[in-house]
Amino acid sequence: MSFTVPPQLEAELNELVTHYPQKRSASLMFLHALQEHFGYISKEAIEWTAQKLELQPINIYELVTFYPMFRQEPAGKYVLKVCRTLSCALGGSHKLHEHFCQKLGLDSHGHGLQTTKDGKFSVEFVECLASCGTAPVMMCNEDFYEGVSNAKADEILGGCK
Amino acid sequence: MAQEYRLILKYADEPGYTPDIDCYLRHGGYETLKKALAIAPKTVADGKTVSGPEQIRDDVKLSGLRGRGGAGFSCGLKWSFVDRRSGKPIYLICNADESEPGTFKDRQILHKDPHQMIEGMIISCYANDVKLAYIYIRGEFPEGARILNRALAEARAKNFLGKNILGSGYDLEIYVHRGAGAYICGEETGLIESLEGKRAYPRIKPPYFPAVLGLYQCPTIVNNVETLCNVKHIVAMGASEFAKLGTPNNTGTRIVSISGQVKKPGYYEVEVGKATIGQLINEFAGGLLDGRKLKALIPGGSSSKVFKAGEKFKLKKKGPDGMDIETEVEMLDLPYDFDSLMAAGTMSGSGAIIVIDDSTDIVEALANLGEFYAHESCGQCTPCREGSLWMSKVLHRLTHGEGRKQDADYLVKIADNIPGGRTICAFGEACSWPVQSFVAKFKDEFVAKGEADEKRRAAQTSGASATPELKIAASPQSP
Repeated sequence: MSFTVPPQLEAELNELVTHYPQKRSASLMFLHALQEHFGYISKEAIEWTAQKLELQPINIYELVTFYPMFRQEPAGKYVLKVCRTLSCALGGSHKLHEHFCQKLGLDSHGHGLQTTKDGKFSVEFVECLASCGTAPVMMCNEDFYEGVSNAKADEILGGCK
Repeated sequence: MAQEYRLILKYADEPGYTPDIDCYLRHGGYETLKKALAIAPKTVADGKTVSGPEQIRDDVKLSGLRGRGGAGFSCGLKWSFVDRRSGKPIYLICNADESEPGTFKDRQILHKDPHQMIEGMIISCYANDVKLAYIYIRGEFPEGARILNRALAEARAKNFLGKNILGSGYDLEIYVHRGAGAYICGEETGLIESLEGKRAYPRIKPPYFPAVLGLYQCPTIVNNVETLCNVKHIVAMGASEFAKLGTPNNTGTRIVSISGQVKKPGYYEVEVGKATIGQLINEFAGGLLDGRKLKALIPGGSSSKVFKAGEKFKLKKKGPDGMDIETEVEMLDLPYDFDSLMAAGTMSGSGAIIVIDDSTDIVEALANLGEFYAHESCGQCTPCREGSLWMSKVLHRLTHGEGRKQDADYLVKIADNIPGGRTICAFGEACSWPVQSFVAKFKDEFVAKGEADEKRRAAQTSGASATPELKIAASPQSP
């Protein structure tokens, strides 16, 4: 598959580079933008970024493997991130995670991101989302939800078309 | 009855208060920046001239402001370490990587009142002759990043940012930089590495003190969101007025995040040290859920050492004659400030209290944190990388029916071998403290769990199979 970055996106990325005295600094912002556009970070995306920032591919690859938000495989159209850490766990996040997995036919004990066969949903546990006072909290793609009951969870699923 | 004192969150939750610049300007926004830029150089006694920026730096020092990110280090002192003679540019980074479990105060500021933080940041940059600054915001705050970008554009349009700010001749640019889900980026040298486009491996100190060799090997200041907001108020009120808030050596206000098993979890802004832990959880956060009793309390984010309900501490207090008197204080009666918590063997860290009641299995609570630290260790130093994972594995087996009686001691042994100069950054301490304190204070529960598992397994093996017991020692064939 050929890897093409749309001109508009490339222009945005070129502008980002100007924010920093050293090009390399822009790499995380590049990866965010590319993952947002392509859904994941492919080998081609890594090479493309490295070339743009005048780096070796390993300099980018090591970021993709280090930072938890980047993934090397496509995820579902909707990624549900449930907070796993203490305050949310005390507030019922395990039940919420289980509820999503049950509803979507996923393995709640599986390691890492679990994706439905039709590729519509992915569910994963993430570490503290910094809203411990409204536990349990979660994100659906970039949208943030707090105090998520099972009923609210179903509503969120229903809103994913 | 302790009262909230809203300085930083004064407007944030007012109905109709929006994060746009017009709303901020209606509430007196950027007036303090104008005031700061207008401070004239003054001549002091020995004929030396003190510039405006220098006066602001002195004020921040005088105000007693301590960093709100976790370490509680004097902000003025931090600024005074900056190498101003190197000829290199000085950078300032706002640490908006809020990710200490239990903490959710910066989220409120960033989402509800971004301009307050930006104004504080511009003033701080002006005070330190910074021309280029960054806001490092955690990747999980995409909305926060959008709000900040919008706010920066608004500030730029009004010439609060950019070239020749308000005709003062001062230039400054601020950009938003997004993290990508790594807790270690909250550590300032890890954050700097990350901003340079690398893995967030913290740097060793010495020589890499940010004030001297920070971003791009230039002098760099890293301040927390709430700290930068405070700078604005110090300039607005004057250092001595600011220092009247709170208690001596613990000045100003603090936004305390309270979560866990209380009726009204949330964020409460109080004068530092003017409310006790008990008042915070019982009066502000509505107390424990009906029918439950307090079991444990994490006072300053998940890395701080846990308190056991009913714990007592001997604290020194100044008596009326100026002499130190030792008094016994119950945990709930400790004033919630930097020094009292330090004296009680823990810390107020990022100002985050997690309340744990008697319905919670304390071993499971620690196992949850153990998993967090195992996941978040950056992997650079062996004791931390291996130790955090090891502790998490032991805690996992203790909570999955595979525990052993001696696991409690084993956990402490591992934890004791991580911190104390064996690692580059304080993550080593951060992952050990919960384990050391949970096990020390609730040891019987850890032992009981391991013992019960051993007994059950023994009963299962002896009852379930007719296989003869292996007697290796008695076997003549054994090697």
